[in-house]
Amino acid sequence: AMEAACGPGACIREGDCAVLKRDDVFKAVPVLRRRKIIFEKQWFYLDNAIGHIYGTTFEVTSGGSLQPKQGVEEATTETKEAGTDNRNIVDDGKSQKLTHDDIKALKDKGIKGQEIVQQLIENSTTFRDKTEFAQDKYIKKKKKKYEAVITIVKPSTRILSTMYYAREPGKINHLRYDTLAQMLTLGNIHAGNKMIVMETCAGLVLGAVMERMGGYGTIIQMYPGGGPVRAATSCFGFPKHFFDNLHEFPLSKVESLLSGTFSTEAFPSEPEQNTLVEEESNGLSDEKQVTEEEPTTEASMEVSQTEEQETMDINTEDVEFKENKEKDIKENVREKQRKQWERRKKLIETAALLRERNSDGLIVASKFHPTPLLLSLLEFVAPSRPFVVYCQYKEPLLECYTRLRERGGVVNLKLSETWLRNYQVLPDRSHPKLTMSGGGGYLLSGITVVLDKGKSDSSHSEALKMEEPSSKRCKVQDLHC
Amino acid sequence: MSFVEYGDTIKDGDTAIVFLGHESMFPVKVQHGTVTQTKYGVIRHSTDLIGKKYGSKVTCSKGGWVFILHPTPELWTMNLPHRTQILYSTDISIITMMLELKPGSIVCESGTGSGSLSHAVIRTVAPTGHLYTVEFHQQRAEKAKEEFREHGVEHLVTVTNQDVCKNGFGVSNIADAVFLDIPSPWEAIGHAKSALKAEGGRICSFSPCIEQVQRTCLAMEECGFTEINTLEILLRVYNVRTISLQIPDLGKATEDNSGLGFDSSNPSNQGSLCANLQQGSVQFKSGVPLREMVGHTGYLTFATKS
Repeated sequence: AMEAACGPGACIREGDCAVLKRDDVFKAVPVLRRRKIIFEKQWFYLDNAIGHIYGTTFEVTSGGSLQPKQGVEEATTETKEAGTDNRNIVDDGKSQKLTHDDIKALKDKGIKGQEIVQQLIENSTTFRDKTEFAQDKYIKKKKKKYEAVITIVKPSTRILSTMYYAREPGKINHLRYDTLAQMLTLGNIHAGNKMIVMETCAGLVLGAVMERMGGYGTIIQMYPGGGPVRAATSCFGFPKHFFDNLHEFPLSKVESLLSGTFSTEAFPSEPEQNTLVEEESNGLSDEKQVTEEEPTTEASMEVSQTEEQETMDINTEDVEFKENKEKDIKENVREKQRKQWERRKKLIETAALLRERNSDGLIVASKFHPTPLLLSLLEFVAPSRPFVVYCQYKEPLLECYTRLRERGGVVNLKLSETWLRNYQVLPDRSHPKLTMSGGGGYLLSGITVVLDKGKSDSSHSEALKMEEPSSKRCKVQDLHC
Repeated sequence: MSFVEYGDTIKDGDTAIVFLGHESMFPVKVQHGTVTQTKYGVIRHSTDLIGKKYGSKVTCSKGGWVFILHPTPELWTMNLPHRTQILYSTDISIITMMLELKPGSIVCESGTGSGSLSHAVIRTVAPTGHLYTVEFHQQRAEKAKEEFREHGVEHLVTVTNQDVCKNGFGVSNIADAVFLDIPSPWEAIGHAKSALKAEGGRICSFSPCIEQVQRTCLAMEECGFTEINTLEILLRVYNVRTISLQIPDLGKATEDNSGLGFDSSNPSNQGSLCANLQQGSVQFKSGVPLREMVGHTGYLTFATKS
């Protein structure tokens, strides 16, 4: 009955990427049967969650099985007795009559967390003297500790960017989720765009851009090193066709592409490969031909696979290997050559896409200095299109700003930062949350315009004039603000 | 051009943005035979605009020049004719992400106001999504319809002229997200719930005052919304300036300046720091906050129907 009510994508299915949520803590996991999950000091299996709607809250019962929680029970205290202030409450450390061992015994008996909380309240001598607010707070704290409930939610940019910022900020260069939100808007990311994305944020920014483009349009991911990292991208659980128009291009080839010296001949281990391409395209592949180059891209491309799946794959490969060694080698070589040929073909295609110099925008969020990236990658962007650069630090963006002004071809340059404040909203107890994030990075954004090469000198001097005002000019400008 | 699809060249009927520099710009409706006055002189649409590339520099009659930009919801927000107080891109960004909007999303909104958020939502949900927007002020509803038509997005939006608190959104069990920017959002929470899909969705309410937030949160809880969360987002903009600070004369000889930590022989040794000791000053680049900034727009309360 549950599955019948499910719309497309609304149900938790085997093989999905799901996100576990407990209070404000998130964890992305693949949904697999008979797979033990450890989350927030608890272990359980997701088997029972399969078939339920995303957003369902489950209770963890003994043996690690999940049971959907029926409704939310309200205030467990029947006695509405409460004190008015704490003048007579003394901290003697003896207000709780249950000992540590008693509580452990309750837990071992498999008593529901809800009942443990109730017992704690009944055995607290000071509970009745606490103010209503303090009682509330006490219950909430205990519930959090003893009631083992988790919610399974569908991954989205909102969930994953919040999760990454809380769990692994270092992997995303401390890009806070509200900053990412600004990037997507400032970059006018939408269906049908031809976007260039250069990021070293585990693929989170790429995923966010892909979500906003919904499988329409083209994305070219520029990557440093051996291949793009897409660990976070795989957590989104995008349908296959979203990857059809996702291209990647190595940063190390950008200069040659811009100067016109780029050719796939310049690619490693060449001459043999060239003949291979021709032969294969004629349908006459030479099986004996061996190319040694083991692509480094491969490993990072398959980050989506879970460890368990990977080990399984290796095991089956081993078995086959023993069974049919010779055939397997031939097949492997052929497969390798085919993959290499595919990659070269894609690289040529991507180079052609970039050479059109008509991209609809540029998004940069990396650990590298932004200036060289911007100065080169903006060449691929059409006029009157937005670009956004993220940097964890302000200073490199100051330099980037100056260099862009010197270069010309950009307007509406803006250096900005957002602050995010969360609130507790409760009757008579509303206030900003005690802690807020100290920093979520900085953005430099702007719009490209037709680059007037002949007059770049004049725009240069103009830029400098703007940049280095005398103290007098400074005053005038201040007043204009 | 349309607000949901880039075009390369300026065409008759387009809405273009005339950029004069320094955040000074305005929208213009491109029409054969029309002229537009700027402080740099006249722009003749037939010869200066139509057929030109977006992003081109256009020389005006007095010799000054402007850039013509392709419209985007963000540029529109900065330039639209205000009929009400509007939402700006900083708030719009977090609303869009927290409501999980994407191509295909069905969104309900009220009120339409000046259409600032509407344009951003339409851009994001196109080409397969839809916006149902409700505005109780008849004139504003009409004006919004007209703008959507001019901007080539009317197929993506339905404007209804009614009171959302009394009559709801005019649709039920259809929306992935609901957005409220009205004086008494708590009166519309029930309607918001029934507009959302049975399997759930997200809601956001924007209110300037904490008392409004208070009542809204209570109403959301009573309606069974979960994950209720209130936040506020503030934008800080920095001017990039080269600042020059004078070195005080402490009566020391100029050769003794190394004691200050500046090495005059190597100005680049501290990044952008650059000592100019002959003039007795040190220069550096700084991101200087604006003298005044927006300190509060409104509280954003988000919740989930599940």
